[in-house]
Amino acid sequence: MEKRGFTCIPHTDEEIARMCGVVGIASVDELLNVLPGELRLTRPLRLPEALSEQEVGSLLRDMSRRNTSTDDCSCFLGAGAYNHYIPSAVDHIISRSEFYTAYTPYQPEISQGTLQSIFEYQTFICQLTGMEVSNASLYDGASAVAEAVLMAGRITGKNHVLLSSTLHPEYRETALTYLEGGGVSSRVLPYCPEKGTTMIQAVEECKDDIACLVVQHPNFFGSLEEIEALSRAVHDKGGLLVVAVAEPLSLGILKPPGELGCDIVVGEGQSFGSPLSFGGPYLGFMATRERYLRQMPGRIVGQTVDRNGKRAFCLTLATREQHIRRARATSNICTNQGLSALACTVYLVLLGRKGLMELSRLNIAKAAYLRKRLLDVKEISAAFTSPCFNEFVIEVDGDPEGFLEELLEHGIVGGLSLGRFYPELDRHILVTATEMNTKEEIDRYGEVAEGLFARSIEETRR
Amino acid sequence: MEKGRELLIFERSSPGRTGVRPPTADVPEVDLDKVLPKGAVRGDIEGFPEVSELDCVRHFTRLSNENFGVDTGFYPLGSCTMKYNPKVCEDASRLSGFSRLHPYEPEGLCQGALELMHELEGYLAEISGMDAVTLQPAAGAQGELGGMLMIAAYFRDKGEARRKVLIPDTAHGTNPASCRLAGFDVVEVRSSRDGILTPEAIERLMDDGCAALMLTNPNTLGLFEDNIEKIASIVHSKGGFVYCDGANLNALMGVARLGDMGVDLVQFNLHKTFSTPHGGGGPGSGPLGVKKALEPYLPVPRIRKNGDEYSLEFDRERSIGRLKAFYGNFSVMVRAYAYIRLMGAEGLKRVGEMAVLNANYLKERLKGHFHLPHDRTCMHECVFTDRLQRRYGVTTLDIAKRLMDYGFHPPTIYFPLVVDGALMIEPTETESLQTLDEFIEAMKRIAKEAEEDPHLLKNAPHTTGTARVDETRAAREPVLRWTGSPPTNPDHCT
Repeated sequence: MEKRGFTCIPHTDEEIARMCGVVGIASVDELLNVLPGELRLTRPLRLPEALSEQEVGSLLRDMSRRNTSTDDCSCFLGAGAYNHYIPSAVDHIISRSEFYTAYTPYQPEISQGTLQSIFEYQTFICQLTGMEVSNASLYDGASAVAEAVLMAGRITGKNHVLLSSTLHPEYRETALTYLEGGGVSSRVLPYCPEKGTTMIQAVEECKDDIACLVVQHPNFFGSLEEIEALSRAVHDKGGLLVVAVAEPLSLGILKPPGELGCDIVVGEGQSFGSPLSFGGPYLGFMATRERYLRQMPGRIVGQTVDRNGKRAFCLTLATREQHIRRARATSNICTNQGLSALACTVYLVLLGRKGLMELSRLNIAKAAYLRKRLLDVKEISAAFTSPCFNEFVIEVDGDPEGFLEELLEHGIVGGLSLGRFYPELDRHILVTATEMNTKEEIDRYGEVAEGLFARSIEETRR
Repeated sequence: MEKGRELLIFERSSPGRTGVRPPTADVPEVDLDKVLPKGAVRGDIEGFPEVSELDCVRHFTRLSNENFGVDTGFYPLGSCTMKYNPKVCEDASRLSGFSRLHPYEPEGLCQGALELMHELEGYLAEISGMDAVTLQPAAGAQGELGGMLMIAAYFRDKGEARRKVLIPDTAHGTNPASCRLAGFDVVEVRSSRDGILTPEAIERLMDDGCAALMLTNPNTLGLFEDNIEKIASIVHSKGGFVYCDGANLNALMGVARLGDMGVDLVQFNLHKTFSTPHGGGGPGSGPLGVKKALEPYLPVPRIRKNGDEYSLEFDRERSIGRLKAFYGNFSVMVRAYAYIRLMGAEGLKRVGEMAVLNANYLKERLKGHFHLPHDRTCMHECVFTDRLQRRYGVTTLDIAKRLMDYGFHPPTIYFPLVVDGALMIEPTETESLQTLDEFIEAMKRIAKEAEEDPHLLKNAPHTTGTARVDETRAAREPVLRWTGSPPTNPDHCT
């Protein structure tokens, strides 16, 4: 049987022979003799046989069906990954291969599309956060927090940081991993058990010389932090305030951190046009004051002109970066999240000023309704008193894991049990509502929850 | 009207327009003053644009026309492996069972995703000869950082103070930056005149204060590090680890395995070797493979398989912790998985072979026209310089810019740093002989132009929408966001 070719490798046997002739070898194998013989792999890789495109398509479709997507359940999960509607135009635009098959825009003359859209992205991030400069993106919210902490260390020359316990636990873990190499110590600040927000007193009482305090706003429990008070407290200690925003849609309605005394704003941009995709790729963002620009990690795009005096854009201030500064760079980051930043930009352009505010309000309204509906259930209470955006913590009378499992039987993914991250919150569930959760769905959550508790009471009686 | 530059979207705003309308509320509206604390609500977002869906689509379509991707033309950017990205892999990543899966859904609802990740880990381990793989790192540089943190943790456990890492002078900038971030001091190793590392150089520098050697193989000159086995045994005999930057793995697939050469850790750049798109600068994905001794230090969570069930394991005493939230850039993994299944064992071997053949063909046909500092068989890429053209006042930058007029993306320029005026060309296996010949023809004509009409090159590009960009001005007077001030020269904007 004739040998079958590979669609991604165009070489015919005749062409290979011609090329070998030019190179002056008899066969490709001879070319690979540059590798010492004992290092050559003498057996085929133990991998499955090649499949046709059609077969790959159905294989992957089958695998994808072994997952339950948010289309196939009522999902009330958030906690750093939010189920938002993505307008059709977003995927159509980021699917233009001029965008997605390009790389880092090193050659500005043929990369103005990528460069201008990043410039627009940077403008959006500044507008939303109330800051003066933004970079072109970082990996995700968690690593952005880590980068911010290191940056605060460089700015202040101090090596102790405070992390609020209400910062996303996985952001905290990531920051600690990054800090391991830098000789930076850290302390986790307690939260107020009534309000579910960072204990400001703990900052005030801190005796150490600190580089920064990191708080999330709205925090991991969904509660709004008292940013201005925290800002005063940390600035009194000579440290910087880093605010992490895991749900940036909140910036459509809440006063931007830049207006509240914050020095570095970082966050997770997934809400703006990136699908849930089982946790990634997402979009880390970072913005700060102009005076800290030279300490900021990551790519930055700037405006300039071309030889004809026409407005143009290019990567700039590269002397901060690894490819120039090597071991003394502000970070090791190279490839970042270009396409996710483009998706974010397109998403924000589509929503616009009014759409963003409307959608933020809709999220608050949905969460308020869900909260009310769930608190109507006798066995469910609110864990904290603080106001929230689109998520909040409930306390159930019973085992939360069992409760969530039973909800699952009814096609409801009822939230995230918090015991895994906070052992003391062993009856607590973080629940989220977005524009994707209909009133009908929310009502059903309430009804099913009521039914479950009623049944369990009956069973106990028996 | 002359076709000019696309305005910024902020300059197209017309108050009252919108590009998407959120659904009408089906729940009671809330009084913000009641549910939010006093002073918590923001004022208007100044400058935020208001445009229609068509305004938006046209804006970005026009911007895309100012871009060059692999689908546009030949993109021989050295060390970046700009190969063609099969479309079926894109479609797979967009299947709703993958794209609409929340990372905190109970494990029982994510079995397909966990299975895909578990299998992909196994494939990467087999391709590289490593014992265990984590898919968590978001990009190559994060994989490097993870690997170096694991090495640091290993020696901390053993109570050994090893603060140094050896890095060749040909290394990518991320290597020293990642080592520094992991707390190590970097000791640069000079390559030999042949462009590779010698056992003698390593022998001289390697001591029990060195935690590791971090090299790239094939290296950034496109050369195979012939002495790797010997070098690895020197490093091992002094108790250190060998880390290989896997950015150039494309050349070796199915041909040789790093794990069989004494390498202890390697990161994979899925956006290079495994054909996931580069996205205009990410997202990438940088899985990390390690040998057994380092496995306990891998980031959490790990994926476990029990019978037919997959689960996530979070509690691992010696793990370095997390590098990011959740589990990595999952949709990139889906694309890489689809690619591996499409190619199979035989196809991946062919990838390595044809990548090497293409690079050597280019090298043979261009030498003589451009200066080739290391004239020996190369692997996946070859490095030329502007030495022959400099006598006409023409530099690497000019050559790169002129290539755009011929419809090609320039190679990587001025890297590696050890080669003065480097032009680093990586054709990849997906390019045909015809494309290579067209590129060679263009390069030869440019060499001739340099001689006959250097100004043509100095002023290039001539055919792109944007002429040569003033990068110095961008750095000297940073303008990093739109602030509402009019464009520098409104005549040139439409």
